[in-house]
Amino acid sequence: MALLQISNLHANADEKEILKGISLTVNAGEVHAIMGPNGSGKSTLAQVLAGHPAYDVTAGSAMLDGEDLLDMEAEERAWAGVFLAFQYPVEIPGVTNAYFLRMAYNEIRKARGLEELDPMDFLDLLEEKLKVVEWGPEIMERAVNFGFSGGEKKRNEILQMAVLEPKLAILDETDSGLDIDALRIVADGVNKLRSPDRAIILVTHYQRLLDYIVPDFVHVLAGGKIIKSGGKELAHELEAKGYEWLTGITEGAAV
Amino acid sequence: MSTEMEALVNREYKHGWVTDIEQDTMPPGLSEETVRFISAKKNEPQWLLDWRLKAFRRWLEMTEPTWPNVHYKPIDYQAIAYFSAPKTAKPLGSLDEVDPKLLATYEKLGIPLNEQKLLAGVAVDAIFDSVSVGTTFKAALAKEGVIFCSFGEAVQEHPELVQKYLGSVVPASDNYFAALNSAVFSDGSFVYIPKGVRCPMELSTYFRINAANTGQFERTLIVAEEGAYVSYLEGCTAPKRDENQLHAAVVELVALDDATIKYSTVQNWYAGDENGVGGIYNFVTKRGKAGARAKISWTQVETGSAITWKYPSVILQGDDSIGEFYSVAVVNGMQQADTGTKMIHIGRNTKSTIVSKGISAGRGQNSYRGQVKILPKAHGARNYTQCDSMLIGNACGAHTFPYIDVQNSSSDVEHEASTSKIGEDQIFYCKARGLNTEHAISVIVNGFCKEVFRELPMEFAIEAQKLLGVSLEGSVG
Repeated sequence: MALLQISNLHANADEKEILKGISLTVNAGEVHAIMGPNGSGKSTLAQVLAGHPAYDVTAGSAMLDGEDLLDMEAEERAWAGVFLAFQYPVEIPGVTNAYFLRMAYNEIRKARGLEELDPMDFLDLLEEKLKVVEWGPEIMERAVNFGFSGGEKKRNEILQMAVLEPKLAILDETDSGLDIDALRIVADGVNKLRSPDRAIILVTHYQRLLDYIVPDFVHVLAGGKIIKSGGKELAHELEAKGYEWLTGITEGAAV
Repeated sequence: MSTEMEALVNREYKHGWVTDIEQDTMPPGLSEETVRFISAKKNEPQWLLDWRLKAFRRWLEMTEPTWPNVHYKPIDYQAIAYFSAPKTAKPLGSLDEVDPKLLATYEKLGIPLNEQKLLAGVAVDAIFDSVSVGTTFKAALAKEGVIFCSFGEAVQEHPELVQKYLGSVVPASDNYFAALNSAVFSDGSFVYIPKGVRCPMELSTYFRINAANTGQFERTLIVAEEGAYVSYLEGCTAPKRDENQLHAAVVELVALDDATIKYSTVQNWYAGDENGVGGIYNFVTKRGKAGARAKISWTQVETGSAITWKYPSVILQGDDSIGEFYSVAVVNGMQQADTGTKMIHIGRNTKSTIVSKGISAGRGQNSYRGQVKILPKAHGARNYTQCDSMLIGNACGAHTFPYIDVQNSSSDVEHEASTSKIGEDQIFYCKARGLNTEHAISVIVNGFCKEVFRELPMEFAIEAQKLLGVSLEGSVG
């Protein structure tokens, strides 16, 4: 059974159809890149899978391990093993990173019938996970994303992913706004988290990220549909020819 | 907002029940006779009756303030009963003599008056309508010379202290509601910490309104002599009733040179229903006077009441004295709050800090009103004010009314203000990490209030966090 099975998925935002029939199969251990011009529906797909309430699914299905994902609340999807790394991570003033992360970790443990970790044991776990994004413990005492630089916010998302150990990680434009050093750290982090029982979906506009995180499959999304799928070489072809090659529309005009 | 959030229903106000106990309640109405009756009932000395009558005559000449940003129908002062006491109450008796029904009432509120069951380190005075029904740990405190008793008892046992300090911070004619309180106040707590003594435990008063159609007019007086320290907490609840009930209290704090008084409130009076029917009118005057190097710190978490009107203030009279005000005020449903503080800098190098966190949800209206006044002789005075508002939903309001009056050019006054809105994105972010909606709101709001909560004693901070969660349930819609 596929880890994620999306069939003919349609979704609206404010009555306007954004996803117009997406079908995609993702197996455990695979990395899929979803590329496409601005406004093609890439981020919408990521948000719909994570359960953002601003979107209405009008047709189709998305199954995770045979369970109906679309029937679940966002938090239930997290408990089931879905993780969305946000394009714009949200700030929560007054709540420390350590507290937030431990709460998230324990909520997920609780939902799975596992024992909660006390703060001391959690600190030990955290120490290991911080290495994934090359961070020291200081970051944990700062408020969640509050006053973080763009790069720090993205690193924080990957840290959360490392701690929460999802089955399915969806990275929404994780490369946007990163300088080359931050991009390397984030990409290295993701590579360390690749595993045979985890699938990763990379949503990105640019091929650049795929030089660091090499995908197994590349899909091109345009106008709310997947118009072409292929191996990693498809990304290079896109880089050389531009999205216009597939969409027939000049970049920017598609928005 | 999405339906899942709308679907969250308001939890019932859990303190809304009534104790079935025979009460001695005076018929409604207010006149000199009422004042005389209360004074006689409490067996007061002549000077106190005279003080009350003077306040009453002043009150008759005063008019109810209209400047607060709150709206309510005129109060009929003749329709209120001004005194109500459980028939079995023995104000001067020991705890063993307290009516079991009253003990059970406080037990149910989570305030067991049995000393064995109490949290070690917290002494409690329990006020039920117009009288104190018992004070715990009195003997232990007496060893240190600390007096902690009901106001009525203090009038009998320590009249010289009461006479010396009553009205010394809030004069009887200070304002309309303070004058009314001065005329008809029934009971409250009295605290006296002798020179150089650090009070060995937290002191707390728990106020409970039970009787219908009755006003509660308590009077609290705390005196800390030179170099003394005390931390005092108050909590309040009331039954759910369809009519509004008036609660007009006065709290006076006297911190002599080098003394510290820390006063914390968790106010959870009944707020009325979602249509604004019923609830307490919480019209309260709280003020402290600080001597040289003394410190007065107010911390309040205001989640209840239909209307809140209160400005815990500090008169910074002595040089190098410090005043602090940390506040979280929450309005939900149809609640209205107009609250803040006054910091009056008189002495040199006086310092004040104001941190106000207003949370508005439902159709609630929340106003911060604060005055910082630096008098001409207050050289080197400093004030820092931070005033943050958070809005939940689209039907509520947040307002800020800062008054800054600086008459000394060597002073330094800073004011910062912000308004934010809990967005769907913030909640979604938490949900995507495995927190449910209620939990998400609670985390976000508690983060917002952190600077205030950390000023509360530990047990109170936990209570306040829980209370905030309950008050805001169903608020996102």
